Amino acid sequence: MSQPALPLAIRLERCAKTFADGTRALEPLDLEIRSGETLVFLGPSGCGKTTTLRIIAGLEAPDEGGRVLFDGTDVTALPIERRNVGLVFQSYALFPNLDVRGNVAYGLRIRGVAPAERAARVDEVLAMMRIEALASRSIDQLSGGQRQRVALARALAVRPRALLLDEPLTALDAKLRDTLRLEIDALLRRLGITSIYVTHDQAEAMALGDRIVVMDHGRVAQVGAPREIYHAPASRFVADFIGTMNRLEGRVEAGRFLTGAGALGAPGLDQGAREVLFRPESVRLAEDAGELAGTVSAAFFLGDHTRLFVDCAGQQVVVECDGRREFARGASVRLALEPGTLVILREGT
Amino acid sequence: MRRRGPAFWCLLAFTLLVCAFLIVPVAMSMLAGVTVNYQSGLSSGLTLRWVAQVWEGYSDTIFRSMGIAVACLACTLVLGVPAAYALNRSQSVPARVIEELLVMPVAIPGLATAMALIVTYNTLGNFRTSWTFILVGHVLFTLPFMVRSVLAVMAAVDLKTLEEGAASLGAGFRQRFFSIVLPNCRPGILAGSLMVVTLSMGEFNMTWLLHTPLTKTLPVGLADAYASLRLEVGSAYTLVFFLMIVPLLVAIQLLARPVQLAGQGAPR
Repeated sequence: MSQPALPLAIRLERCAKTFADGTRALEPLDLEIRSGETLVFLGPSGCGKTTTLRIIAGLEAPDEGGRVLFDGTDVTALPIERRNVGLVFQSYALFPNLDVRGNVAYGLRIRGVAPAERAARVDEVLAMMRIEALASRSIDQLSGGQRQRVALARALAVRPRALLLDEPLTALDAKLRDTLRLEIDALLRRLGITSIYVTHDQAEAMALGDRIVVMDHGRVAQVGAPREIYHAPASRFVADFIGTMNRLEGRVEAGRFLTGAGALGAPGLDQGAREVLFRPESVRLAEDAGELAGTVSAAFFLGDHTRLFVDCAGQQVVVECDGRREFARGASVRLALEPGTLVILREGT
Repeated sequence: MRRRGPAFWCLLAFTLLVCAFLIVPVAMSMLAGVTVNYQSGLSSGLTLRWVAQVWEGYSDTIFRSMGIAVACLACTLVLGVPAAYALNRSQSVPARVIEELLVMPVAIPGLATAMALIVTYNTLGNFRTSWTFILVGHVLFTLPFMVRSVLAVMAAVDLKTLEEGAASLGAGFRQRFFSIVLPNCRPGILAGSLMVVTLSMGEFNMTWLLHTPLTKTLPVGLADAYASLRLEVGSAYTLVFFLMIVPLLVAIQLLARPVQLAGQGAPR
């Protein structure tokens, strides 16, 4: 039982999941999770992301023919208790019959670690999660954020080969979520542990993931680094699901894209294209040389910036601009698109 | 909150009245058990004679009832807790059907259940004349109470996820069952145990048919005493019943107390 020098690499081969009532939760999936990376499964509820995590953890078995490999070894038949993966749940799943220390020490006790070493290791993770002061509290005396820290400490105390987190921040309020997200990020970088993170929150996915797997209806819609997913979405679904996307209808003529509100330079656009996609931050307000003309239909001041909704000949364009300028409804504006920022979908969907 | 209106006093009076209506007969009955002559009232003096007479004539029924109650508790624990666990785990339709069917012995009149037992097992060796025959009836009747209360707690603490958490930390089935499942079901097991013991101790309906002259239980003996002996003796019997069951219930409560405290924690 020598510890491998590198963090765990995980491979899924044709892993599908059909539930007893015949629902197909996951279409056959092949996926490589690299040693030491943080991989985020992102998608709306019911997209199969939690099922995938549970298959990796060993809480669900894939359908016949699917295989899960840890560092090249087939662990498909191995139950969760023998896979040595840390699991963090949305509902924390802390043991109410044990106090904080008891919870964190649980895995070590099960493994038969001697009391002295056990205490030392528990202290170590309590300090790492900055919850030493809570050690003798009972679980129902803890706030949501504290509970999630205890849950993380408990999962890490046994030095798992990989850390699996199932929507760990969803039950927390927004401010706490941001704080804990930063902390989890720092923690995962420091530990260098292979981690798999499931969320429906794209901001969380962008911030934490080395790579993101966007899922939809049991299928992988796209796998890639956050920037790749954001700037080069593979499909209409990914483009719509991640961030805000503007869409203008029109047609291509002589290398330019013509819309009712003006024409855009469109290098690389397919001749038959009927629409163009671009992000709000790719558009800027132009004093007079703008390519598109429109009127302000709504303006939301958000502090650091203003989000403008501009009516471009019946089509709505969202623009992000400087927070200092005020806009009146109905005001005429001209918009210019930063060159080379059109989003081209790789597939024809 | 200091000033209380007439509505409060009216409600209080009504509550006390209802309490009195319920408690006075019990108190009267217990008092009758230590009165020399109930007809001539308390003026005839107090005595422990009737209690002694009950002890002499019926102490075997008291111990038998306690024995059956404890055995019944043991059976419902051994059968009921694993059954509740299995029902909690399984999401299948048969599991839900079984869960509903479990309540049937409570819904069906005890007389009918008793008759069914007698008709079926009358000829099975010495079973009919053994106290275990009564035990079987009691287990049948009390098992749903144990299963239901344990199931309720299992659902409330989300036992499935707790177990998944324990499993992810390396705990196998046995370890999970004893370190996570049982301790977290403790409140349900306690509530079920109290139910089972009290129901078994007081069960008359079914036991009336199941008993033989040599296997009388306390409630059966009590009916016997009221029917055939002086009212004072029957009342003394009730008093003894009370004195037996109250400490038993308190003891069960105490058994579970330290764990409950640890679970709930002192508020700060």
